[in-house]
Amino acid sequence: VYSAPFEYLRAGSWEEAVALLSEHGEGARAIAGGQSLVPMMMFRLTELSVLVDLADVDAGAIEVVDGHLVLPALTRYVDLETSAIVRSTLGVLSETAACIGNVRVRNRGTVGGSLAHADPSVELPCLTVALGGRVRTLGAEGARTMPVRDIFSGYFETTLRPHEMITALELPLLPARSGAAFAELTRRASDFASVEVAAVVTLDEDGRCCDVRLVVGAVASRPLDVSRSVAGLLGGHVTDDAVASAVSAVAADIDIEFTAHGSIEYQRRMVEVFAGRALRKAAARASNGYPRAAA
Amino acid sequence: VNARRRIRTEVNGRMIEADVAANQSLTEVLRTVAGATDVKYGCGEGVCGTCCIVLNGEPVNSCLVFAVQADGAVITTLNGLVGDDGRLHPLQEAFLAHGAAQCGFCTAGMVLTAQWLLKRDRSLDREQLRAGLAGNLCRCTGYVKILDAVEDYARRSVPSGD
Repeated sequence: VYSAPFEYLRAGSWEEAVALLSEHGEGARAIAGGQSLVPMMMFRLTELSVLVDLADVDAGAIEVVDGHLVLPALTRYVDLETSAIVRSTLGVLSETAACIGNVRVRNRGTVGGSLAHADPSVELPCLTVALGGRVRTLGAEGARTMPVRDIFSGYFETTLRPHEMITALELPLLPARSGAAFAELTRRASDFASVEVAAVVTLDEDGRCCDVRLVVGAVASRPLDVSRSVAGLLGGHVTDDAVASAVSAVAADIDIEFTAHGSIEYQRRMVEVFAGRALRKAAARASNGYPRAAA
Repeated sequence: VNARRRIRTEVNGRMIEADVAANQSLTEVLRTVAGATDVKYGCGEGVCGTCCIVLNGEPVNSCLVFAVQADGAVITTLNGLVGDDGRLHPLQEAFLAHGAAQCGFCTAGMVLTAQWLLKRDRSLDREQLRAGLAGNLCRCTGYVKILDAVEDYARRSVPSGD
């Protein structure tokens, strides 16, 4: 199979990429790892006239700055899996990266690409919304930052302006006595998720839940923040019974859109199951001082 | 648009120069220009692993790379594991010994991926190897013999006494 013909250009910096994209107009697009864009081009789901390759742009280092883990947009999934700094500060990100595609995809696919592609059934949008992440972007109108949750507007659609690129992802480190977990249902190994859930739980000094965030992906056109549905957990101990009652509220409240993954009722039931797993794991990690004590 | 562009790439130790169109995949250019027909075109969307090559030291799906993106790259295909004297790589020998190759279409991807996984971490157990090879599809063997071969190679390549 062949993509439509296009002109191939390489940018040496973000600024040069912005200039090239602006110069070539609507049919121009940036490419990083290309693990979603190339198949879309090959199968003619998208036709572009110019591809601006970011391969020569300096990826930059993963750093912790002012209580945030800062990931350059060109950070690859394999880097999330193996980076010592990621594993020790937000281990859930390493674990989740290992769920993406297969090893070959993870060797090329990037953080910025995953978010900009805005496929609701992939892992990073769901997880980074739950973690309260922000993206830094650069476009013809300059640089800005915005919450990850605000960039998704629908299936494969974002609120980014034409030619605006994500240059970095900032994730706040978890407060003390917090735990995070990601759980997903896939029909086959390496497949897209049918249901995915990211949970973040924070406990107070008495072990009672003082903050909980729960985001469900793959069941609608964008990640759904259902934290309000689990507000019943606040102020109490996160027991199995409390979780069971919270996730039953999630399943009742959540607005599931029909997908090819199964009937809405099936998805609803699976949301309940996987939300329960993610919450229990996050709470257990919170009480164990995660991430420092995580194995 | 789609002007041909000259690329220079090292494939299995040999420099290849080719004039390629922007929309030609690396799989196609490796097979037709570099003669690397050990690179197999399978699904074309990064799901099956048959087009696996080692690009600058890491396995990737060559079907999801445009050849122009590989300008200046160093590439190893399955044949690059074979010694100058024609001797098979020990992992290939293990595949033979265990009957892990039947039709052979998945073999290049399996061997290159498994070899990289073990190069990164020799101590991987069977479950970890299974997870690492999860994106390499085989429609013949049922995977058991492939895992047997990879595990056998992994154990044998650990220094003795370990």
